[in-house]
Amino acid sequence: MTMGDLVVQVLAQGAQMFFVLLIAPLAVGVVRRVKARLMRRQGAPLLQGYRDLAKLLRKESVVAESASWLFRSAPVLIFALTWVAAALVPSFASGLMFNWAADVVALVALLGAARALLALAGMDVGTSFGGIGSSREMMIATLAEPAMMLIVLTLAIAAGTTRLAGVADFFIAEPFAVRVSLALSLVALIIVALAENARIPVDNPVTHLELTMVHEAMILEYSGRHLALIEAASYLKLVLYLSLLICLFAPFGMAPATAGVGGWALGLLIWTAKLLGGAALLGLWEVSIAKMRVFRLPDFVGIAFVFGFLAILLAFLTRGAVE
Amino acid sequence: MSAPAALADLVAEREAGPDGYVRLDVEADLWTALAQGCAAGLHDLSALWADGDRMRMALVGDGRRAIVSLKTAAGAYPSVSAHHPPAIRLERAMRDLYGVQPLGLPDPRPWLDHGRWPGHENEARYEFLPSEGEGLHQIAVGPVHAGIIEPGHFRFTANGETVVRLEERLGYVHKGVEHLLAGADIARGARIVGRISGDSTVAYAWAFARAVEAALGWAVPPRAILLRAIMAELERLSHHISDVGAICNDASVLTIHARCALQREDGLAVAGACFGHRLMMDCIVPGGVTADLSSDGIGQVRGLLARLEETRAEILRVYDSLPSLQDRTVTTGIVTPELVRQYAAGGFVGRASGRAFDARKSFPYAPYDRLDFALKTRTAGDVDARLMVRMEEIVESLGMLHRLLDRLAPGEIRSAAPAMAVGEGAALVEAFRGDLFVSVRIDEGGKLARVHARDASWFQWPLLEAAVEGNIVADFPLCNKSFNCSYSGHDL
Repeated sequence: MTMGDLVVQVLAQGAQMFFVLLIAPLAVGVVRRVKARLMRRQGAPLLQGYRDLAKLLRKESVVAESASWLFRSAPVLIFALTWVAAALVPSFASGLMFNWAADVVALVALLGAARALLALAGMDVGTSFGGIGSSREMMIATLAEPAMMLIVLTLAIAAGTTRLAGVADFFIAEPFAVRVSLALSLVALIIVALAENARIPVDNPVTHLELTMVHEAMILEYSGRHLALIEAASYLKLVLYLSLLICLFAPFGMAPATAGVGGWALGLLIWTAKLLGGAALLGLWEVSIAKMRVFRLPDFVGIAFVFGFLAILLAFLTRGAVE
Repeated sequence: MSAPAALADLVAEREAGPDGYVRLDVEADLWTALAQGCAAGLHDLSALWADGDRMRMALVGDGRRAIVSLKTAAGAYPSVSAHHPPAIRLERAMRDLYGVQPLGLPDPRPWLDHGRWPGHENEARYEFLPSEGEGLHQIAVGPVHAGIIEPGHFRFTANGETVVRLEERLGYVHKGVEHLLAGADIARGARIVGRISGDSTVAYAWAFARAVEAALGWAVPPRAILLRAIMAELERLSHHISDVGAICNDASVLTIHARCALQREDGLAVAGACFGHRLMMDCIVPGGVTADLSSDGIGQVRGLLARLEETRAEILRVYDSLPSLQDRTVTTGIVTPELVRQYAAGGFVGRASGRAFDARKSFPYAPYDRLDFALKTRTAGDVDARLMVRMEEIVESLGMLHRLLDRLAPGEIRSAAPAMAVGEGAALVEAFRGDLFVSVRIDEGGKLARVHARDASWFQWPLLEAAVEGNIVADFPLCNKSFNCSYSGHDL
């Protein structure tokens, strides 16, 4: 690899990192706008997410007297962990510089660490809502995380690698190899994505009812720049999961490792379109279903686990049959 | 201890006043016996209030109504709630406001008095009822909430997600209306009463007007009576529609909420165009109404009724087609028929648990005495039942409105006040929440000596505590919204 190649590689990877951050508020804006339109409301401008973040960054951050260092440092760490995770998922091109690190197991670990920090921060101040939110979040996580691992392993068995770029390349190469195990994984991953992003039916991101909140209850005590970082992290997480679904189940249009700047630009365009399309679908989904009772959530997320398990079982069986 | 006395035996031979209430003075023994009668289910407690040196109790049973008065002895009287728990908050409130001491009151804590009244400050801490057990924790919610709603404090004791006990603390919107009303003239009184709970302003104004008219023998023109009912039914429809939407919103079904909000706005706009005020505030006054309905207005109301019917049918269709929504509402927040009977809970809270009481039907007042409508009840007592009772009431109200509009004949809408006289009057009006009781006493100068308004919420708030028990914490907003009790009407 020449020096010039290296510079291009670094730039491409850097572009990906900043692009996920840049587009995240827009993706959330699309979800909100679609929901508002389906309710015959005008809705907030698409760029409201950026304005919210800018506003929060300017505002003073009020911290409870009982807050420890954990409460203050958690937002930065959560944001950093989520950003790295989001940047690892191949978006517009495979074979980028960090792709060797874009291991699905690493991804799950990064998100798990961010979640643990958020749950701890939620309990740190000692308000009852933070505790409720953290306890519910962990209840969901205990089911969502294993489901996620099973999905990941199913794909790894199919593609023969746990590297996301490798999995994507595999699916680009064999787009018509439709398998039952992959269909099951898709359903399971969508459920996990809904649960992880605190969307309906697991959580309602726009509710004002303290007692029903999960994600919002944990961050109730945050304000100002702390809140901005946590909000940005949650926007990034949405982009991450949408990217992941795109990368694994609709990878067509992704630029190969050898593509030049032109190929990357095209890949970027296609990825953006797919991402915003996914966000619009999420908006449509959210207005067509009620939120679940908290006690039903284990059943719902449990479905993801069962599907993930079946998928991996089938993957093993078919593999055995082929060999 | 004397045996429980039944209201029916007591008033069998007596004639009721023009307002339908038999009035009698009783001694302490009979007072206590009547309180025991409430507990034994012989009759229902409808209201309890202090009036000068007397305690008054409105009772309802077997199609008869009475107001019994007991002279207090040095500001003390035998407690009703010692025998009949639904009276606890009424007695605590009256003690806070007027200093009357109920002897034997089971719960001596203050109620409306939070120790912040000028010249009456008290730093004593309010002790919530204790709950003890392994793994229990408390969740304090309010009085300031994340949404734009009225203030109230809810103290949950929970085991994980399951609510073991809910205790309400109310009184944050105490405005001192009873003291404002004392000594006011009738016109001012009507304005104040119409603002006790703004969402039921028509019902309050109507109840006050009827009580004053009964006290003074004031005749009301027939057209005004029909117009009052039209306003009252429009108010009911507006709240039923918007509350159905709000309940669905708490289950995060945003589309129904949006549709209901639009429909409510439609109703408010028509009311504003027809009567000059979107909530029809101050439209009903003693002697008649202040706003007439033009023939153009009749057309507008009929148009609104058609749109309301369309919305109702569509909401019902969507509601029935969403199992995820019914999963939230069915079997959530059950109130038992026994509790509803004990507390004599009115409105949809009572009717959803099998209590077939509606002031328009049980003690019909003009024009409902000549208006046929069905009184629908359910027995499940859950959020779904309360919601469906209201959906059914929408149908009845729509039908009633059509017939009321048909009957509207030209004529006067307001009559002049008769020569001022001393008098007492009471009225029971069906507000959208349930039966609303207003009692009025007018003194020699034509001023209001004492006005007491008892919102339906007084007997519904305690049932909310019972409904939530055993449910999960996250379902409380849904239960609460299905009751939608008034804070302002309760805090006085």
